[in-house]
Amino acid sequence: MSIVRGAETENQTREPRVTAPEGPQMVDGPATAGDIAQAKGATRRHEMPSDNVVVSAENFSLWYGSVRALTNVSLEIPRNKVTAIIGPSGCGKSTLLRSINRMNELIGNVRTEGKVLLEGRDVYGKDVDPVEVRRRVGMVFQKPNPFPRSIRDNVLYGAKINGYRGDYDQLVEQSLRQAALWDEVKGDLKKSGLALSGGQQQRLVIARAIAVAPEVLLMDEPASALDPIATLKIEDLMRELAENYTIVVVTHNMQQAARVSDYTAFMLSDEKTKGMLVEFGPTQQLFTAPQDKRTEDYITGRFG
Amino acid sequence: MASSTQVAHGGATFRTNLATRRLKGALFVALGLAAVGIGLLTLLTLIIDVVVDAVPWLSWDFITSYPSRFAEESGIRAGLLGTVWLMALTILIALPLGVLSAVYLEEYAGDNRFTRFVQVNIANLAGVPSIVYGLLGLQIFVRMMRLERSLLAGALTMALLILPIIIVASREAIRAVPSSFRDASLALGATKWQTVRNHVLPYAFPGILTGNILAASRAIGETAPLLVIGALAYVATSPSGPLSRFTVLPIQIYNWTSLPQQDFHGLAAAGIVVLLAVLLTMNSIAIYLRQRLSRRY
Repeated sequence: MSIVRGAETENQTREPRVTAPEGPQMVDGPATAGDIAQAKGATRRHEMPSDNVVVSAENFSLWYGSVRALTNVSLEIPRNKVTAIIGPSGCGKSTLLRSINRMNELIGNVRTEGKVLLEGRDVYGKDVDPVEVRRRVGMVFQKPNPFPRSIRDNVLYGAKINGYRGDYDQLVEQSLRQAALWDEVKGDLKKSGLALSGGQQQRLVIARAIAVAPEVLLMDEPASALDPIATLKIEDLMRELAENYTIVVVTHNMQQAARVSDYTAFMLSDEKTKGMLVEFGPTQQLFTAPQDKRTEDYITGRFG
Repeated sequence: MASSTQVAHGGATFRTNLATRRLKGALFVALGLAAVGIGLLTLLTLIIDVVVDAVPWLSWDFITSYPSRFAEESGIRAGLLGTVWLMALTILIALPLGVLSAVYLEEYAGDNRFTRFVQVNIANLAGVPSIVYGLLGLQIFVRMMRLERSLLAGALTMALLILPIIIVASREAIRAVPSSFRDASLALGATKWQTVRNHVLPYAFPGILTGNILAASRAIGETAPLLVIGALAYVATSPSGPLSRFTVLPIQIYNWTSLPQQDFHGLAAAGIVVLLAVLLTMNSIAIYLRQRLSRRY
């Protein structure tokens, strides 16, 4: 049920947004008609059969030391869809994202309550090795972070450390093709990954992540360090990847959420409750008919 | 050029004083240059003085001969071989210990009271006078471990002496590795060790090597701890293994300068030139390795 979108329609729907931002005071600007028209292409299924849920949080809470960062978050992330997490800075959206592959623990002194289920199994279970979780849940970071090695070695790194048995050349080509980078780099795979432009680096990092065949791909503001053209390429890529992967993306940019995602989660922190999920639903519904007043305030730019 | 006073918002004025500010800057540059000049001049004077004294005595025979009570027949061979042996053993012992400690403290040990305690003490150990290490070495390695007055006892003592420097420098180098590499590696399902082995160590290695150069440079000139553990001033054989008795260049040099005859002072100068040459060779090897390794990663 994935949506195929041509580059031309992408550009048509984007254009008015670039030239006539209507946002009164917000940097990102609120969602516009174009976004919503685009989001309408998304699936209209509201109820998800459980076998179509890849990741689900159940009453999940998290503390950094004594500071609470997430409060009783419950949501279900559907298979082969793009799910966006939006919300103001400090609302816990990155923390929620990093809870799925247990990257939060690397900061140290993290305590959790509740569950995060990956294919029905709690990733915080006693017998679960976070290293295995992280192979199954790929991640792309805000700043492109290729290793200071060749393009080829970058793509192969995860495969090699995880004992990949197969043809390396084929894996490199296939991963780079899926990341829409192959045509630009196929001539010189020995070139350092750091010699690429920022947008290319981010696609290289995506190729590196999908080379280990993850079940979920997490993206933490993957385009916020990129220029608008590179950003559009990443967004197109996310749509294409959604045919084979389940994608969860954190973004500050609401137009981006409206453009690329099928489902959107809106999070918020206030004095009483840190890192709560306010609303979660199909992107089109969340942007056109938000159920919660706070969601409406946020997406229309009336917040604060 | 803007005038020195300008009218700004609300009628307030800026007194830019650009000339004075520039002058202060120029003054600072001059001071810095003078400081560098004093250091360079002193060094140059020392080197010229030593080289002038050393030239008549420097010859192949000087390098291949053992010391003698006749200045003309004396050579530096025993001290040179002793120093090379001692430095090789010291680095062999101190480098793995130091780097492993640094990796553990930076990558594995959590931030708790114990690691902070260890951290403060390592920093303090780097400042302990070297003679104290000599006494420690004498008691532990020479007496308790019965290594006698051997190269190995000397190398272990020297390793203790430079370990804090190596650990501190290696930790700095490891801390300078961008955490984005660690994140990227771990997020791909690498274990901690794979991440350290494939990314942290290669990236930090040039910095670690620099720390080792500094540490080894300190060790090569040390005399006091070796005198305490009983390195000899007069050795007429080459070291044959880690358990041989030994002398080192600085001790040999010190010994010659303390003799009354003028000729031996020339020998001492020649010995200093050899010591400098060894030091420079050692550093060049380390720098070469550093360049090669940093290109490869």
